[in-house]
Amino acid sequence: MLKTETITVNVGPQHPSTHGVFRMIITLDGETLVDLKPMFGYLHRGLEKISEGRTYLQAVPLTDRLDYLCSMNNNHAYAIAVEKLADIQVPPRAEYIRVIVAELNRLINHMLGIGFMFNELGAWYTPVVYAFRERERIMDLFEMLCGSRMMYNYVRPGGVSADLPDEFLPMLKKMLPHLQNYVAETRLYLSQNEIFRARAVGIGFLPADIAVANSITGPVLRASGVKYDVRKAEPYSIYDQFDFEVPTQMAGDIYARYLQRLDEMDESLKILRQAVERIPDGEVATKVPARLRPPKGEAYARIEAPKGELGFYLVSDGSTNPYRWRCRPTSLINLSALREMCLGHKVADAVVILGSVDLTLAEVDR
Amino acid sequence: MQILDDLWIKIAMWLRGLFDSFLPPWAAQLVMDVLGILLLIVVGIVAVLAFTYVERKIIARVGDRYGPNRAGPFGVFQALADAIKMLTKEDVTPTNADRWMFLAAPIVIIIPAVLLYAVLPFGRGMIGVDLSIGVVFIVAMGAIPILSMLMAGWASNNKYALMGGFRAVNQLLSYEVPMVIALLTVVLLAGTMSTVGIVEAQSSVPFILVSPVAFLVYFLAGLAELGRTPFDLLEADSEIVAGYFIEYSGMKFALFFLAEFINLFLVAGMITTLFLGGWQWPILPSWLWFFIKTFAVIFFIMWIRSTFPRLRVDQLLGFAWKALVPLSLVNLFLVALISKLVETVWLRTLIMLGSNIILLAAALLIMGRLFQKREAKARAAGEAAVKRYYAS
Repeated sequence: MLKTETITVNVGPQHPSTHGVFRMIITLDGETLVDLKPMFGYLHRGLEKISEGRTYLQAVPLTDRLDYLCSMNNNHAYAIAVEKLADIQVPPRAEYIRVIVAELNRLINHMLGIGFMFNELGAWYTPVVYAFRERERIMDLFEMLCGSRMMYNYVRPGGVSADLPDEFLPMLKKMLPHLQNYVAETRLYLSQNEIFRARAVGIGFLPADIAVANSITGPVLRASGVKYDVRKAEPYSIYDQFDFEVPTQMAGDIYARYLQRLDEMDESLKILRQAVERIPDGEVATKVPARLRPPKGEAYARIEAPKGELGFYLVSDGSTNPYRWRCRPTSLINLSALREMCLGHKVADAVVILGSVDLTLAEVDR
Repeated sequence: MQILDDLWIKIAMWLRGLFDSFLPPWAAQLVMDVLGILLLIVVGIVAVLAFTYVERKIIARVGDRYGPNRAGPFGVFQALADAIKMLTKEDVTPTNADRWMFLAAPIVIIIPAVLLYAVLPFGRGMIGVDLSIGVVFIVAMGAIPILSMLMAGWASNNKYALMGGFRAVNQLLSYEVPMVIALLTVVLLAGTMSTVGIVEAQSSVPFILVSPVAFLVYFLAGLAELGRTPFDLLEADSEIVAGYFIEYSGMKFALFFLAEFINLFLVAGMITTLFLGGWQWPILPSWLWFFIKTFAVIFFIMWIRSTFPRLRVDQLLGFAWKALVPLSLVNLFLVALISKLVETVWLRTLIMLGSNIILLAAALLIMGRLFQKREAKARAAGEAAVKRYYAS
């Protein structure tokens, strides 16, 4: 009889495939995972506490730093929360601009989500480089809007910081077929790859009931077959005026999550095409005082960020600073079922499952 | 053309004459042998430097990037810059490492790699030693790196390295089996174990056209032996960081790197020799043909590396034992049977090719079926979970 024993391996915080500084303490029986303990907090910057010492408008740049891959969506969620708290009306043109940037940012996020997942599958950077190529084009657009390529600080309470430049809409219109083409190309080249399917189908299975019990949202939940999207369930901004579907998958595995992201990119492009056609003229921001003093009370706003439901909870005590500034982090909550998904699989699957959940450590730790 | 073809041999003969004029015959032979060994090693290392650059360029181009373009025109000196960097890096030995084993592992991996150059026929009459058992020598030398990888993995006292070492043993031992059976097919076809004899047996038809299945099995097993995508589990950087050489730095790391690329050249050279007709082809000189074919194979391997994801460890072993071994065994049986039954050469070749294609199609069909069954099962599990959720 062979004497065998399990070994405990520290994956991370410095590891090529942990998307930042995430640490998993895994116990291995040969190559099979028998236990997994996620550890986080290595990137904690205390953003919530810092924001409580700032005025409402000063906290907008901090939301950029939550999930740095989709800063526009973070700005958007926070702006809605402040507007709810202080009862600010947003002009229609600003709402359209917000939807356009939010959907463009969703495209960026899903591209990179798929690309980095392939990195962990060992596809040697090629898919992720193609994703980066398309991301650069979208970031060029964002640069036209606000001068920054990553930390936009563009969507602000009351509207957006500046109107669209004249070249923006023609350039976007020209780019939409191109992006559509990129999605189709990804579908064509990656979906039928036998090695990818062998690695992805049936791996990291997340049953719908466990997903809901862990309050997982976003593409991960929808890939498990639950049709839940904040844009439809509780329409914010002007999402009720657009014609789009909420795609779902049934299988709940890595492959389903991949397909789900591709389908959602198609839907985002659908929304973008409608928004570009219908965008009205007019003001892009309501005047909001720099030292905004919302009335006493509280507000919670949630949006469908690319990674899931992103919420901001603000409590005002009538002064210029929020009394409580709380973010419902999508990545952290989506991470909560990681153990269930990984157990019993091989160590190679664990990193791919982590990639398929698509998280940003800056948002996990805040 | 004849002059070009014999260029290197003429140079060697001239040198031999030169040494004979002032040295006793045994000393002249010794000098010639040492020169030959030096030449092989230098060719090996220069080729490695070229491959590191070419590989990065190819992967970059596939990924729509520029690749190295800073050091020199088109970045051609990048490899040199890397070599200087490697040489000047601090040489670290982990505190709890097994010092002697840790030191020995890179040496153990590099020696068989260099030794294998001896039996590679670079051109007509251009071979280190024409061993009558060349093929056996190749298999024997090809098995030694496994030892080195396990030594490195164990001696590093690192869990990732240990896992990499175990994976290496798993993978390389498993893929030795189909590789040897594919080699046997070639030996059967050629009727000799000498590498020169195998090349000469392909003067009319290269063996890739006689037995594509053997070629495919050998190519895949070769990829696995190299630890290249999609079989790069032993150094999977997204899983076990760098595998068995994670703790190595400086020149010791460079030796592992060197061995990897020398092996790349060797496997490509072996594929050329065994299946693509070696140095045989009209018009151009023989040694040039050998290099062209070898580089084509290397390009193909790099292309695969930059496009495909990698397999999982159980799938990798399953593929070796459940797919490649039976396939190559059936192929060996077929080839043996046909070469005994059919006397006419062209008819025999044709029948072998036909039977090989049928065999390949059947294998792909069976694998596809099994694959679909597995996927349907996964889909059913997901649907059941969704139903369960909506019912509750």
